[in-house]
Amino acid sequence: MARDPIDPVELVALGAAGVTVVGGLGAAVAFARDSSPQLQGGLLGVAFLAFALALGLWAVRAMPGGTAVEEREPLASAPADRRAAVAGFERGERVLGRRGVLISMLGLGAATIGGALLVPIRALGPNPGRKLLRTPWRRGRRLVTDDGRPIRPEDLAVDGVLTVFPEGDQSPGDAQTLLIRLPDGVDRPRAGRQGWSVQGCVAYSKVCTHAGCPVGLYEADSRRLVCPCHQSLFEVTDGARPSFGPATRSLPQLPLGLDEDGHLVARGDFSDPVGPGWWGLSS
Amino acid sequence: MTDRPRHRLATRRLAEAVDERVGGARFVREALGKVFPDHFSFMLGEVALYCFVVLVVTGTFLCFFFEPSQRTVTYDGSYAPLQGQQVSAAYDSAVRLSWDVRAGLLVRQVHHWAALVFLAAIVVHLARIFFTGAFRKPRDLNWIVGVTLLVAAIGNGFAGYSLADDLLSGTGLRIMFSIVESVPFVGDTAAFWIFGGEYPADDIIGRLFVVHILVLPALIAALIGVHLALVVRQKHTQFPGPGRTEENVVGTHLWPAYAAKSISLLLAVVGVLLLLGGLVQINPIWIYGPYDPAAVTTAAQPDWYMGWLEGALRLFPAWELRAFGHTVPNQFFPAVLMPGLTFALLYAWPFLERRATGDHEVHHLLDSPRDRPVRTAIGATALTFYGVLFVAGSQDVLAVELGVSVNGLTWVLRVLVLVLPIVVGLLVHRWCRDLARGDAAEAEAEAELAIDERAPRRVSASR
Repeated sequence: MARDPIDPVELVALGAAGVTVVGGLGAAVAFARDSSPQLQGGLLGVAFLAFALALGLWAVRAMPGGTAVEEREPLASAPADRRAAVAGFERGERVLGRRGVLISMLGLGAATIGGALLVPIRALGPNPGRKLLRTPWRRGRRLVTDDGRPIRPEDLAVDGVLTVFPEGDQSPGDAQTLLIRLPDGVDRPRAGRQGWSVQGCVAYSKVCTHAGCPVGLYEADSRRLVCPCHQSLFEVTDGARPSFGPATRSLPQLPLGLDEDGHLVARGDFSDPVGPGWWGLSS
Repeated sequence: MTDRPRHRLATRRLAEAVDERVGGARFVREALGKVFPDHFSFMLGEVALYCFVVLVVTGTFLCFFFEPSQRTVTYDGSYAPLQGQQVSAAYDSAVRLSWDVRAGLLVRQVHHWAALVFLAAIVVHLARIFFTGAFRKPRDLNWIVGVTLLVAAIGNGFAGYSLADDLLSGTGLRIMFSIVESVPFVGDTAAFWIFGGEYPADDIIGRLFVVHILVLPALIAALIGVHLALVVRQKHTQFPGPGRTEENVVGTHLWPAYAAKSISLLLAVVGVLLLLGGLVQINPIWIYGPYDPAAVTTAAQPDWYMGWLEGALRLFPAWELRAFGHTVPNQFFPAVLMPGLTFALLYAWPFLERRATGDHEVHHLLDSPRDRPVRTAIGATALTFYGVLFVAGSQDVLAVELGVSVNGLTWVLRVLVLVLPIVVGLLVHRWCRDLARGDAAEAEAEAELAIDERAPRRVSASR
């Protein structure tokens, strides 16, 4: 087959191959000089794409396809083969079948080994126990900021909000709490929770009762908390009741008091278990 | 064998040496002659395969620099805003390899983009297999392998996304803990065992690392092997056409034409991923900051392949099951039950369809989607459902963009997710019927034309 010396497609392929060389060299320099990822990725990407173009054009031009035919053989085995396989298996099965008791005992042995091998899974982690029901908050424990500073109610502006932790345990797990100072008279405490606020300060768990994200957005004009993950809304003046979104349970409330120095303290653990629901959650 | 002249080419001599020990000339001959159909949609699976290759290569590089640990270190790398901050070793090393390792950021971004394209290619490939009926017997077996690959790929994507221990991925892990926790009977224990204790526990990054770089990649590689071996054994499907029957495959030989095309595709995939990784920023973890379970993240979205789950969590109404002192919490329904049903239906589809149609035959010729209006409509219904969920996964951002309230948009999406799939399904069903009817009329007209053309010739021949 005579080659046409001015085949435009092959010329483009040749040009693309040239671009590959230039791009490859450029990428090597870009890596050597520790250039920007834009330059490194751009040059190497162009080199690869030009290579792909050259090879693709060559394939389309010089390697015609689409006309090859391959016959299918049946996928299933010939009946004779299948019979022979079954017969071979059954011969062995008969030998094995003569020792039924031994087989049963070996089966039981395999099961016990398997069972024994499952036990180390226990090493993965502790059982929940009562951990999901309790937090580190205790009666008399001071509220502190993330850098350990205790707080007086007047430190907070009206409609101000602060993330607080139990003193001495500022790991931001299930104890993270939002302290919000409400203007006088807007809070409508739940039955039995009168006196849980101090000078307008109320405290609610910051862990969303839906999927556990920190409910960190306080809309001061509507006095709602917004969960940034799935957009649940909680009415702060109404016991942090969920008013929109997927959350079903109110944010648990922390009873507040003052110590002798006028710092805010907890007067016990939260009103309810903190965070998302699970099978063991009653109520 | 000394009488045989030694071949000049070293590769040829090597091939001979191997053949003398294990044979295989016939296998090679058959492999080189294997026929691949030429339809473009058959490349989707190849794109996924090549993304996996890129993921393994870039991932290996990243492993050399990443430290999968939650122990606290002080960041002192070259990204100034973070200097002096207490961060986890995982976050520290992920930022370091982005800023202080030669080509590190490029490789990290290519790795992330490759994961996104990998999942996209798998999903589009799955849709192609579904709508053309390629999953029918005997390929129902390979459909199961393929769906398992999808599950493994989603899992590995999430695991990898979570490793950097930045504010976004940490929030994702918090949600995952809550999802695991929601499973009846065993959820809380399972969550404690998986994470190594009550959230935030210290073990999860190290464990996800092992899952991400060993367990799931090994599974995916093994399943890809099975997937392709089954394609070789069962041969490709093909669309109907002249000369194409249930008994043959028409297309292009592997060597050299298809090999050249496919390698060209591999190079193009690598090239596109390099351009994306080089030019389009993805997951800038140094901007997100290190994970802090008490910190707020707004406009938080997961990678796209988790968007349907995120959307389901957002749209599912404030409802949960409480009885006899137990709770099946809200998040169980959208995040465990819904995906569980999704994958159960995906696995079961070939068998459900076989039962519904009573078609137990072996099929090698593909359907045109229009000729199977019910299947096509069901597929369109499903895609619409997951599409609406996907949109709902960023409903807060969308509401801001559209200037509407999040609550209002959520309600609209709650209605749409139930209504739109049915509407789309009905429309698609009707559209398929119309198209098929059009095809039939066209074929009839052509047949008549053919008869008209033939008739006078026959007359003239008889004269």
